[in-house]
Amino acid sequence: MPELLIAGARIVDPFRGADEMADVLVARGRVAQVGKDIPREGREVVEASGLVLSPGFLELHAHLREPGGEDAETLETGLKAALRGGYTAVCCMPNTRPPLDNAAIASSIAARARALGLADLYVVGCVTRGREGRELAEMALMNVCEANVRAFSDDGGAMEDAGVMRLALQYASAFGGLIISHPEDTKLSRGGQINEGEVSTALGLRGIPASAEEVMVARDILLAEETGCRLHLAHLSTARSAAMVREAKARGVRVTAEVTPHHLTLNEKDMKGYDTSFKMNPPLRTAADVAALREALRDGTIDAVATDHAPHRREDKEREFDYAPFGVVGMESAFPVLYLELVESGEVTLMRLLEALTRGPAEVLGLSPQEYGGGVREGARADLVLLDLEEEWTMDATRFASRGRNCPFHGRKVKGRVVYTIKNGRVVHAHEGGRG
Amino acid sequence: MAERRHLLDIDDLDREGMERILETARSFAEVLRRPIKKVPSLRGRTVANLFYEPSTRTRLSFELAAKSLSADVLNFSASTSSVEKGESLKDTALTLEAMGVDAVVIRHPVAGAPWLLRRWIGATVLNAGDGMHAHPTQALLDLFTMRERLGDLEGKTIAFVGDILHSRVARSGVKACRAMGMEVLLVAPPTLMPPSPMPGVELITSLDEAIPRCDVIYMLRMQKERQQEGRVPSLEEYTRLYQLNVERMAGARPGALVMHPGPMNRGVEITAEVADAPYAAITSQVTAGVAVRMATLFTLLGGAEGGGDAG
Repeated sequence: MPELLIAGARIVDPFRGADEMADVLVARGRVAQVGKDIPREGREVVEASGLVLSPGFLELHAHLREPGGEDAETLETGLKAALRGGYTAVCCMPNTRPPLDNAAIASSIAARARALGLADLYVVGCVTRGREGRELAEMALMNVCEANVRAFSDDGGAMEDAGVMRLALQYASAFGGLIISHPEDTKLSRGGQINEGEVSTALGLRGIPASAEEVMVARDILLAEETGCRLHLAHLSTARSAAMVREAKARGVRVTAEVTPHHLTLNEKDMKGYDTSFKMNPPLRTAADVAALREALRDGTIDAVATDHAPHRREDKEREFDYAPFGVVGMESAFPVLYLELVESGEVTLMRLLEALTRGPAEVLGLSPQEYGGGVREGARADLVLLDLEEEWTMDATRFASRGRNCPFHGRKVKGRVVYTIKNGRVVHAHEGGRG
Repeated sequence: MAERRHLLDIDDLDREGMERILETARSFAEVLRRPIKKVPSLRGRTVANLFYEPSTRTRLSFELAAKSLSADVLNFSASTSSVEKGESLKDTALTLEAMGVDAVVIRHPVAGAPWLLRRWIGATVLNAGDGMHAHPTQALLDLFTMRERLGDLEGKTIAFVGDILHSRVARSGVKACRAMGMEVLLVAPPTLMPPSPMPGVELITSLDEAIPRCDVIYMLRMQKERQQEGRVPSLEEYTRLYQLNVERMAGARPGALVMHPGPMNRGVEITAEVADAPYAAITSQVTAGVAVRMATLFTLLGGAEGGGDAG
């Protein structure tokens, strides 16, 4: 393989806090040199002047549906979608059929992903056997198997039993396992379709109150504090959730948190006419919640942006609102939506946004620089993404690599484009026509 | 007619639009008092009643309205149809469309189902009640009934009493009454109130406080499921606090009207004495229903002239 020269990019590297103009030479899958005027002769050249070069993104929260839901998404379509969205590594959630609750199935999924040679896959295992919330799954065996599972979640449903949650936090701490909580009190959210409030009242849909999330965030923070164990909170959606995480971090609780692009950019009033592409759990909240989540991303209360990529079959989404499943796809729309809404608007810096897509999730997961690129620097693995910040375009879900078309940003004007994704030093995604 | 017209919720109509339908309904009410209760206005047009929820009175009312206009009527109810074989709403809608129906009257337990229908098919869509969301022809027939009994509604006060939270009748009724310049009170225990106050309405938890202020007391059906959901401790306690009975009516204004969308739970939200009293307009509502639905179908389908492309 010839050496690859990325010429003239603006490097924005959250791992080093560097924002600089330089050439990057890639050889044997690694960054060989970062510097000015690296000679071009005999090298494949990517003309990158005017583009931003960032470490590849890491998706903390995706539902790739394999096994059992292959007509909604497969590892192959999901990981291709990841590369198109700039993600070079993806965590897949274990709410599959059957669920990823043991070492055998976790290893087989990890092996399938490796054979595909697309984005890296980190398998998230179940916390409890069968995702039933009763007995702990064999987390330590999943950790030591080939899949090297390091994070565990019963995501998609909540851990109803506080006692089981407490045991899980304690048990996983023995081998550094991370428990990811899907904070939802289903007794409070039961039957709910969208955020409870003005819009649910007007549309006659049952509401999901903010408290359905907040009481679980409070509970899990208290359990993490009492046990001293590490906790990650998935897809926060309310201002009070963010405030509780901020206070917990200030007290020294070992808690991290993620937020989705849709909760950062859409509110309950954005849904028009019972469009099930706006049906997700947790639901879109109020404009005040969106503002609070942006502040929490800015000040570091929220560690990572994760899309909660949840593809569904068109047959399942094209139904009466109450009958359609929750969830939206996110990996192919994340960057252009976030760039336009957060960075162009001046609310969040490009560095901070990229940090929340790269270093933030890597630290949540506890990945070493050997495992995950770890920045644009000599010796690091060349998992990189080139971004055009100028291109304005219209999001078109019909062109996604994902099988899911259930995207609330479909038809929306966005800005910023993932032009190239480079994995292990190879260009694995190039936007048609190269630079837009 | 350039584009198909629909009635999905009462706010598809402005006050003028409502007035026009009420006016048209008045002439149809006259037709319904004749020995031969039929006009040829919609001859050759087809109306499909698509009912996904058990309903006798609304379906019969729409069926009689369409037949009185000489339209052909197809009745499709979920329990006896291909829905039981797993057919989706979309396929059912496309099937009716392919058969060339001119209007679909839909009743569905899920809010928003009529909006899906409008997106999928070209026929006129008429919402006959969707989930907890909307019931526009009920709101129109209620206005019609109140007009007949009270005259001008501007400045009059109406209280909706009972399970407001789950009531599409109240949601559409509040909008219609507000549009006519009425004051609206919602009377219910807090667990049966909507989570967010509707614009321009007053929430009151005591029926006894509300009654003396009202020109119209509109009772809603109380379903047993609400007790099972824990929203009220028992139907007996609910009855004690929110039942409209003769004793409570003693506190009402002279000439105050009692209404109910039916079907009633006699002995729960309303006693037999009140339901059958002269100040109750409940059977007038049923009569008005046919005339108002005739007027609605007539207005939406543009009378006897061909409307849009025949399928």
